[in-house]
Amino acid sequence: MRSVLGQAWAIAAKDLLLEFRSRTAFLSALVFTALVLAIFNFARDPTAVSSVDLAPSVLWITFSFAGVLGLNRAFSLEKENRTIDGLLLSPASRTALYLGKALANLVFVGAVEAIALPLFALFFNVPLLDVLGPLVLVIALATVGFVAVGTLMSSMAVNTRFGEMMLLVLVLPFLITPVSTAAEMTAKLFAHRPFAEWAPWLKLLGAYDITFVVLCTLVFEFTLEE
Amino acid sequence: MASPGASALPVLDVAGLAKRFGHVRALRGVAFTLGAGESLAVFGPNGAGKTTLLRVLAGLLRPDAGTVRIGGALLARGEASHRGRVGLISHHSLLYDGLSAAENLAFYARLYGLAEPHAAAARALEGVGLAARAGDRAGTFSRGMVQRLAIARALLHDPDVMLLDEPFSGLDQRAAAALRALLGRLRAERRTMVLVTHNLDEGLELATHVAIQVAGRFASLAPRDGDLAAYRARYAEATAGDA
Amino acid sequence: MTATASAERALRRGGVLMAVGLLMVAGVYVRALLFTPEEATQGLAQKIFYIHAPSAWVALYLAYGIVGIFSVLYLFLRDPRLDLLASSSAEVGTVFATVVLVTGPIWGKTIWGAWWTWDARLTSTLFLYFIYLAYLVLRSAVEEPGRRARYSAVLGILGALLVPFIHMTVYLFRTLHPMPVVLQPGRPRVPGAMLVTILYSFLAFTVFYFGLLWRRYAWARLAAARAQGDAEGGADATR
Repeated sequence: MRSVLGQAWAIAAKDLLLEFRSRTAFLSALVFTALVLAIFNFARDPTAVSSVDLAPSVLWITFSFAGVLGLNRAFSLEKENRTIDGLLLSPASRTALYLGKALANLVFVGAVEAIALPLFALFFNVPLLDVLGPLVLVIALATVGFVAVGTLMSSMAVNTRFGEMMLLVLVLPFLITPVSTAAEMTAKLFAHRPFAEWAPWLKLLGAYDITFVVLCTLVFEFTLEE
Repeated sequence: MASPGASALPVLDVAGLAKRFGHVRALRGVAFTLGAGESLAVFGPNGAGKTTLLRVLAGLLRPDAGTVRIGGALLARGEASHRGRVGLISHHSLLYDGLSAAENLAFYARLYGLAEPHAAAARALEGVGLAARAGDRAGTFSRGMVQRLAIARALLHDPDVMLLDEPFSGLDQRAAAALRALLGRLRAERRTMVLVTHNLDEGLELATHVAIQVAGRFASLAPRDGDLAAYRARYAEATAGDA
Repeated sequence: MTATASAERALRRGGVLMAVGLLMVAGVYVRALLFTPEEATQGLAQKIFYIHAPSAWVALYLAYGIVGIFSVLYLFLRDPRLDLLASSSAEVGTVFATVVLVTGPIWGKTIWGAWWTWDARLTSTLFLYFIYLAYLVLRSAVEEPGRRARYSAVLGILGALLVPFIHMTVYLFRTLHPMPVVLQPGRPRVPGAMLVTILYSFLAFTVFYFGLLWRRYAWARLAAARAQGDAEGGADATR
């Protein structure tokens, strides 16, 4: 077990080092996020709908699309020089490969979210600080669910004809639960509703995360071998 | 150091390998045996299934039928221990352009569970004469240097069997000479190797056994004897009448 | 018997079952329109329910359940016919899901004047539709049959496990989230004659589904057998 985690960590660290050096995907995701937030702000009529009503949806749509941008990175970087073969040749277990990639994705998406959130608070004038703790929990849980499935899907999408488009098509149905529950909880948090009101959503999201993290870990090897 | 077998088990034992992709039968019953220090050169036209054969031996592809044994141990799906016993050099480098030579090797050393990854990486770089460029990004290397680094990567974990898929492709004279010297050293170290190549000269120089693969099976397999001209003739004969 | 001949025979038999199913479905129309009382509040339009509900049962549970089960079986047994069966079920399921998504708005527009209501069944079917589409698009994007089968199986399993979560998500929204539309086209009160019609319609649609599935599966096997014959009949191609 320890070696699986060790291998996963080595793979994640390698991914993050490569991303840190090139920074292309990260910067693209950031720019994209800022653009989306700005456009949402511009496009709505400020007198018609209170921004607090719309804010959760905007936040989660932004996170979703920025997240998918980041997911593509994970396996497309292994196409150059066929390094995926190098990984598969090694004794590193397929589980370690999945966990390593998922971990790198988590850090990547998490970093984008960490920068997007204050930006969002700024553009939409939403007071976040008093619900920051629970909000971060909700964001973390939704991101885990999203990254777990997305990492698995990107391993397949990278080998298909349409690449990034394919990843979007594959991942979107699986975003329904995490994104809608997270958006709902975000709305409740912004409105300072009591915990009991959003607890059922939290349970659903938690159940989703557990189910799909386990399932994706188990099924991942079938996306690799031939 | 690959030790000459005290056991009677062959280092590499392949029987009845078959593999199809959809309707294409890439391998149709390949079998051979290699002992310690023996090396097999596989020649054949494009589309004969040579790369498929190597990928099955490396554990990257699962055959539809047949067995591969290394030192008597059967290659089974997901068998990590098997993967530690083969090294592969293909015409892709399997290296990360964005990492330095040392970082690349240290990463692989980690994956192979080597005790001191950085030390192992440094030693491997010395072995292929790239110690001076340890800190440079692999993306800046020339083709010949990339090939040497790839060999260092493949040798890191001291594999029992080395698989080489057209290692001379794309190399200029100098690089090819350096590679030949390196492979000669491996042969002197009595490593078991399977080499796929178009280049009859280089293949014959290194091999103890020669096979000609046509349409998924070995049209001929024999210890190396005779000279280049004889092989040219044999090769032409085996591939005659084949698309 | 050769693969082609066996597939052709399956095709004929599947055709028979499909015809039987079709007749039964026609019987549903007859029974629903002529022999079942009209529902008090909704009138004639309610009879769409006899098409809408069983289609939803087939699409949401039966068809995708079969996709899920055969996906798992494929990953263990690796028999390509299992993959053909799973993908046939996905295609047929998509057809039934389309029926749900078409009859739903027709019903909704007739009853309340709104084409779309976010009611539980419609919403779940819509989301499931996205999974079906993802499955079909994935299959069309992968050339090599072995890999295509593997990828489809992975998606099939994940999708099958997603269905309960979609239901729960929709359910939570329905019960906890204030919705503007009040009326739900849920189960109507069911006096005897209507109950019989409902049960019969479920049976008819189930038979029809299996007929379509069998026929589609046989067709897929035939196509595969013919392609195999072509590939081996000509000069032996290898990589």
